Amino acid sequence: MSVTEVATKACAVNPLKTSPALGGALAFLGVEGCLPLLHGSQGCTAFALVLLVRHFREAIPLQTTAMSELSTILGGADNIEQAIGNIYDRAKPRLIGLCSTALTETRDEDVRGDLRSLMARHPDWNDLSVVYAPTPDFAGSLEVGWASAVQAMIAAFVDKGRRPSALRQVNLLPASYMTPADVEAVREVVESFGLSVITFPDLSGSLDGHVVDEYVPTTLGGTPVDHVARMAQSQMTLAIGEHMRGAAEALQRRAGVPFRLFDRLTGLEAFDTFVETLIDISGQQPPEKLRRERSRLVDAMLDGHFFFTGRTACVAAEPDLLIAMTRFLDDMGCRIATAVTTMKPSPDARVPCDRLVVGDLDDLERLAPPAGCDLVVANAHADAAANAIGAPLYRIGFPVFDRLGAAHQVTVGYRGTRELLFDIGNIFIGRQAEAEPYRRQNREDADDASAVNAQVAVGQHGS
Amino acid sequence: MLKQRIAEAFNEPGCATNRTKSDSERKRGCASAGLAPGAAAGGCAFDGAKIALQPITDAAHLVHGPIACEGNSWDSRHTASSGSRLYRTSFTTDLSELDVIHGGEKRLFRAIREIAERYRPAAIFVYVTCVPSLIGDDVEAVCEAATTRFDLPVIPVNAPGFAGSKNLGNKLAGQVLLDRVVGTREPERTTPYDFNIIGEYNVAGEMWQVLPLFDRLGIRLLAPITGDARFHEVACAHRARVNMVVCSQAMVSFARAMQDRYAIPYFEGSFYGISDTSAALREIARLLVERGAPADLLSRTETLIASEESEAWRRIAPYRERLQGKRVLLYTGGVKSWSVVSALQEIGMTVIGTSVRKSTDDDKRRIKDLMGEDAALFGQIPAKDLHRMLSGGEADILMSGGRTQFVALKTRTPWLDINQERHHPYAGYEGMVALVHQIDATINHPVWRQVRLPAPWDSAGAGR
Repeated sequence: MSVTEVATKACAVNPLKTSPALGGALAFLGVEGCLPLLHGSQGCTAFALVLLVRHFREAIPLQTTAMSELSTILGGADNIEQAIGNIYDRAKPRLIGLCSTALTETRDEDVRGDLRSLMARHPDWNDLSVVYAPTPDFAGSLEVGWASAVQAMIAAFVDKGRRPSALRQVNLLPASYMTPADVEAVREVVESFGLSVITFPDLSGSLDGHVVDEYVPTTLGGTPVDHVARMAQSQMTLAIGEHMRGAAEALQRRAGVPFRLFDRLTGLEAFDTFVETLIDISGQQPPEKLRRERSRLVDAMLDGHFFFTGRTACVAAEPDLLIAMTRFLDDMGCRIATAVTTMKPSPDARVPCDRLVVGDLDDLERLAPPAGCDLVVANAHADAAANAIGAPLYRIGFPVFDRLGAAHQVTVGYRGTRELLFDIGNIFIGRQAEAEPYRRQNREDADDASAVNAQVAVGQHGS
Repeated sequence: MLKQRIAEAFNEPGCATNRTKSDSERKRGCASAGLAPGAAAGGCAFDGAKIALQPITDAAHLVHGPIACEGNSWDSRHTASSGSRLYRTSFTTDLSELDVIHGGEKRLFRAIREIAERYRPAAIFVYVTCVPSLIGDDVEAVCEAATTRFDLPVIPVNAPGFAGSKNLGNKLAGQVLLDRVVGTREPERTTPYDFNIIGEYNVAGEMWQVLPLFDRLGIRLLAPITGDARFHEVACAHRARVNMVVCSQAMVSFARAMQDRYAIPYFEGSFYGISDTSAALREIARLLVERGAPADLLSRTETLIASEESEAWRRIAPYRERLQGKRVLLYTGGVKSWSVVSALQEIGMTVIGTSVRKSTDDDKRRIKDLMGEDAALFGQIPAKDLHRMLSGGEADILMSGGRTQFVALKTRTPWLDINQERHHPYAGYEGMVALVHQIDATINHPVWRQVRLPAPWDSAGAGR
């Protein structure tokens, strides 16, 4: 891997990033009975909302404190109070997840202080929790906001002090890039070892696309708030992705729950490590079904590796998803020419690639190999870049608004890795290069094409 | 400065709503309602300004702000271009924490330089968002310096999100065009048949369904404002003979100001529905003739209308039977409700209710004329009520925007997109036929019967 370059442009062109506040809201959407609230102007919420709706194809509960010019000058405490009041009256949520934005962070609002005093003024809201997550849009991206909201909820709901551990319970902290189907797949594997799991946040319950007969103005499904508190009694925390380290450490610090961090769950070896941990914790051997799945993945790798060999890919994603995708492609024998990400990955992270750039989708396009590549792996915004590069786009991450089933794509675990392998392998099979015909000169029955060839040859002689 | 502009935007004699207000109400503006914390929906002023200007295809649109403003919003509208694709490339200064501390002016200037040198755009629009407003970046000065330095128009658009609603942003964008674009260039030639269309953004290529009609009449669209526009065309817009305003409230101020400055008469019209399209063609022809175009334009227009109308009706006829009496709930702010109402009534459908969220008094009057005095006119329908209406089977189809799409689908109600994000064009005679076809395909889709079947283990439940 080469050193990380940071694009020196003043202007981001076709950004790869989405905002931390959106990531914070997404984490809150994984909690039951929750209504996320962005503390900013109306647009902050409207843009995030539209993008979430386009990706998940679901109605998304998300509100705004509707900051105006005047309230920005005078302070947003009144707006927060009004917003909570309105939401409480209309939607009766169990939890309001308050995320800051660039607007309120630039003003440097003391939201925690404001919240304390206004909650004290409202004993009538005693069945409501409000958790504040700082998510300034000018620092980081979706991944950072997701982590911030998870940590904020741990700080709010997990009491300090070690409690007796309920022996067969573990915590699962999914990475921000994991789809509802990813989360469900991993949880099922953990459960198959006879362990009970608290998944937090749990998008598999709230954003998995289910049709219900009643209208619910908050999230429906997701981690119940009292389960967040019960994470303190777990035997261990399983955290996915470097960006969940802070949350796992917080649980350890507050409640003494040890953790294991997995940088990825995509790939045979990566998931083997995860399964080993489950064997350790549970003292049980894997069920037959999981053994079969592993065996099927091994078979798929044997069948598929031919088509990956010698192929070149370019990948753009947030750091932890980038690690999962580049390492998978590398495992399968691809070369990753250009990798683009949103923030510097941690120094220990291994991202196999010729060139790693902190930048945007324009950098992906500009820094792709001049000879082109065989595959682009990125979110849906990269469609134009992939066209310009002349390679097919495999869509991953957020947002994916121009394909069905973004919430149901599985790329983790033995089964998910196999699906990923088939999807990408099939793209490669569809693009097998045929041998370029060589038309020898002075052929007796020369057809038109060889005549053209001859002309080119003449032209070259002339120059 | 911004305050003054907003005040100007609110003082709009061309706006019917505004005329009925008292002085103090007028000062408070039209955006204050609907901005209730915790109960608000809709975009901000920046959103509105970008919607109005981004369809200028050969310009670069640079968003000066942190990642949320552009990173969360780009690549979401399907305004079509017949030429340059530059307008779809996303540019943002992506302000970092350090920029917030040290100020974003230098980064902005460098960003403009990068765009100017690499893309050679016809112009650069620089959108000011909340954060640079708050930290006091002098964007006007940066744009002025860049204009001289790079010898191309670099135009500040001062419509930060916290200034107000999307509608206000539309208006502020209109003022930017008036103050800094329109009238800055001269067309190579003018004809007595030149007109502008204002407030039409060529969503899904809609404008291309009506432009052939004008070509057949020899009427020349001088400047589309701003659907599929080139910067130069908009700069020449002041030489048109007539202005047509399409999107009712937002751009009336723009047309009225052009009347004041350049004595160009305007009228409000619509290309949704057969009779509205005909009325618009008639009015354009009438005003052009009034302003000096040869009078035979009138009779040529009538001939065209007669043949287009009968052709459209002929193509719609087969659908009439299938759609007769079907009940529509119309929920949109994007297009003029009354024009869609009359269009749906033309094919025998029953409009059970319509939203008038962004309609003028005049619009509401027209809707009442069409639907009767006891028509259900809605402001904002809370999602909960919408869900109740639809699950109660009050409508056979909901026509709305993406925001309410999933409320409808979860109740297993047919839904048709008629907002900014839609992919199908519905303008003119051609568009009306397409709309009817689409409504039929939606209502009579085989999926509805299937998804309403009860689950095998729940023969009483699931569906209706």
